[in-house]
Amino acid sequence: MLIDGVERKPRVIVIDDSRAMRSILRKNLMEVGCEVIAEAVHGADGLARLRELGAADLALVDWNMPEMNGFEFLCAVRGDHAFNSMRVVMVTSETELDQMTRALSAGANEYLMKPFTQDALREKLAILGLATH
Amino acid sequence: MSTSPAALDYVRELVYRRAGIVLGADKYYLIEARLSTLARELNFPTVEEVIKGARSGGSGALNQKIVEALTTNETTFFRDLHPFDALRDHVIPALLAARSPAHPIRIWSAACSTGQEAYSIAMLLREHFPGLPNGRVKIFGTDLAESVVARARAGRFRQLEINRGLPAALLVKYFVRDGAEWTLDASIRSMVEFKPSNLVAPTEPFPHADIVLLRNVLIYFDEETRSAVLRRVRTALAPDGYLFLGCAETTTRVQDVFEHVHIGNTTCHRPRPSARGQ
Repeated sequence: MLIDGVERKPRVIVIDDSRAMRSILRKNLMEVGCEVIAEAVHGADGLARLRELGAADLALVDWNMPEMNGFEFLCAVRGDHAFNSMRVVMVTSETELDQMTRALSAGANEYLMKPFTQDALREKLAILGLATH
Repeated sequence: MSTSPAALDYVRELVYRRAGIVLGADKYYLIEARLSTLARELNFPTVEEVIKGARSGGSGALNQKIVEALTTNETTFFRDLHPFDALRDHVIPALLAARSPAHPIRIWSAACSTGQEAYSIAMLLREHFPGLPNGRVKIFGTDLAESVVARARAGRFRQLEINRGLPAALLVKYFVRDGAEWTLDASIRSMVEFKPSNLVAPTEPFPHADIVLLRNVLIYFDEETRSAVLRRVRTALAPDGYLFLGCAETTTRVQDVFEHVHIGNTTCHRPRPSARGQ
């Protein structure tokens, strides 16, 4: 798809402390036409991977993780101009409206509740202009 | 125990007669799966017994439940996105400009299922046309299945439904969590009116509308039913109105009354000028 004027796949980083969930997300992302450039086990790991590889188009971020949780990761990237264009989707089992509001206020672009289907993921990416229906 | 071919054929005939939906022999698995759920709900030991109960007559309520079980289809909020962009950027502004305030714009979500499409339009109006006075736009949804219409009216959705296509910003703004479900704010629910209606065998004329959304429904009909429904829609649609179909649906067999136009990244269908005023 056309991203920043170039025809290419959206570059995605998956940040989740569950290996099984990272694997599910990777598989689903590839099936909806994305390139998974990195996986990270917590927010600090995610930041390090991004600084090493350059910003992704999209970060899918779990909320509850050791070291640096998803919300702290979100605040960190929203405080760094290098990640201005990176979309952040919280993918989490936190389903309280207060948590969602907090994430959106801090700069999350979307919110996907676990469990989710591949269609639900694709629709969230479409809202962000990173997938077609 | 598998269901007998005669029982399955009864269901196929029933669903075709009542809903116009063609269930080929390759859909036996669908009949089994959907009616197994119904059998459990109604405490029948097998699908065969459900069908036997329906065939033995009575009030016909069981027949209706069978039809509803086989005609309830998936829907999502803001499905396919592009039609909603077209509504927001072109269609609704054009109709607002063309209609006097005394003439409400009428939007019909046909085969609305559990209401996500109609409510998506209501939220779109609230977000992007905030100054519209009450009653300037009327949204109504119809569906064959009474149980589905009741669910649409209630505006309550499960998490898996909320996860589908609904931007998070609208979720936090217009929904409240209620146990395992999410309830849509009354101010949005009150913008939509739902009622049961049969597209294939209507008991009254289709409602007059300026915009009709009839998406992902015609694919289940045979060619003859499809054309008949589209011609009835044409009579209900304003001469300068707009018809939205699903991505895989066309007005090919009724080109004498509809023409297609591209609006942004979507295609919609409008009464042909030669047919307008009919």
